[in-house]
Amino acid sequence: MSNKPINREPYQQAYYPPAPTGFTRFMRTCLLWQAVRFMVINMKMLKLMAKSHH
Amino acid sequence: MARVIILGAGISGHTAARYLNKWVGRQHEIVVVSPNAKWNWIPSNIWVGVGHMNEEQVTFDLAEVYGKTSVDFRQAKAVSVNPKGSAELASPFVTVEYTRADKAGQQENINYDYLINATGPKLNFGATEGLGPEHGHTVSVCTASHAIEANHKLQETIDALRKDEQKTIVIGTGHGMCTCQGAAFEYIYNVDHILREAGVRDKARLVWISNEYEVGDFGMGGVHITRGGYVTNGKTFAESLMVERGIEWITRAHVKKVEAGKIHYETLDGSFHELEFDFSMLIPPFAGVGLKAYDKAGEDITSQVFAPNGFMKVDADYTARPYEEWSAQDWPRTYQNPTWRNMFAVGIAFAPPHPISKPMKSANGTMISPTPPRTGMPSAAMAKAVAMSVRDMLNGSDKPTHTASMGEMGAACVASTGADFFKGTAATMTVYPVVPDFEKYPEYGRDMELTFGEIGLAGHWMKYLLHHAFIYQAKLKPGWTFIPD
Repeated sequence: MSNKPINREPYQQAYYPPAPTGFTRFMRTCLLWQAVRFMVINMKMLKLMAKSHH
Repeated sequence: MARVIILGAGISGHTAARYLNKWVGRQHEIVVVSPNAKWNWIPSNIWVGVGHMNEEQVTFDLAEVYGKTSVDFRQAKAVSVNPKGSAELASPFVTVEYTRADKAGQQENINYDYLINATGPKLNFGATEGLGPEHGHTVSVCTASHAIEANHKLQETIDALRKDEQKTIVIGTGHGMCTCQGAAFEYIYNVDHILREAGVRDKARLVWISNEYEVGDFGMGGVHITRGGYVTNGKTFAESLMVERGIEWITRAHVKKVEAGKIHYETLDGSFHELEFDFSMLIPPFAGVGLKAYDKAGEDITSQVFAPNGFMKVDADYTARPYEEWSAQDWPRTYQNPTWRNMFAVGIAFAPPHPISKPMKSANGTMISPTPPRTGMPSAAMAKAVAMSVRDMLNGSDKPTHTASMGEMGAACVASTGADFFKGTAATMTVYPVVPDFEKYPEYGRDMELTFGEIGLAGHWMKYLLHHAFIYQAKLKPGWTFIPD
């Protein structure tokens, strides 16, 4: 029985979209970085709301 | 003393009621008519649908909250409106039919000085044969009770997966003219998350089916964001997320019929397909709630007040034009009915001038393209603007004083992709404006600084915070006015 890996099938739906690197996935749940992003997202949303009310 | 009637107590109706009660509740009468006894924070139904929350956490009793105010709450559904009164009643009135058990079926005419139509949609499961939890073979997360049933069926599927059975789960839109893809988008990722938590993800085939031209359209014609040194379409990120979670996708699809275990659908190229499933949550298309309108003589004037899809006409430009000539200026600003100036419609209840996504028709003539979203943040913003206008008109202004055009406002969407305080994530997206304005922003139609998207734990915290903040605000707890809408 051979353990030779099978070539990845090209030209399929899942072949083309970008995949996140390990670093990107780590940063998505990194508490320190996400705490910073939480504040940034809050600020952006407040700015959005301020611009939306007339 | 004048009377303002608000039809509906969802996000837009309750927002209008909150503010009008605060500003003019002592001088004028505010009547809220809603067939539902409970208010529902609909965005969190997603979490009810996977068993992460229960009904009590996403709903509360409306009569109890309005009991703390001067709002007169009638648990009833609106049947018709007489904008000029009738032969017997000189002033305009709404005919309502009570749904509360002790008065069920009783009708009453309630006269008004101002009417705010915020009925929300009719969930039009009937548009697709076999769709929906009541007479069909699919579940829904559009109401809290639907979401509870969805979770029961999902748990049964998970039990079967634990017994090593293979199952196909299909989530998306149940018709070619659906909106609200975001709710289904959130649900599929929460189902993926819960399957992984249960250790059975490898046994399930997860399929996304949608009427969008591309994944990530969301009925807004898609969105471009700046990321990684490029301006990239949201499709790239939406597809990336699907590949990462092992989800297949079918787009440009109109679900024609659902049988037990089988979905029949047509795609934009005119071909017909079948997809077998074991569990399926498909969003229904929306329609107006079926309100009728009559003139003084009792003649039916529904077509003058409402568009053919049942939504109320407001100050939009309804002139039929090709996509290339659409403008952000076509969208309503004050939400005032052009004929009867004391009538307004907000949230899903107003008739949009046209879609936002480009309309597409299959080779067989079937329309397969999303209708425009107008839920959540935009519906609250337009309700508050109308409440301010009505307040000012009660105080003497002869026309609406505030505007909230979807061509001039932004929207934030936090789509949960897994609920956990440390491991959960959500896709946070903001767009400004909701309706692209190519005159102001020629390249992408939107302000690229205020239009962004990212995935992370911060988004989950944001969604959790919004859940608690908006329910606190809706319950009119101390300091609710400080929470932005």
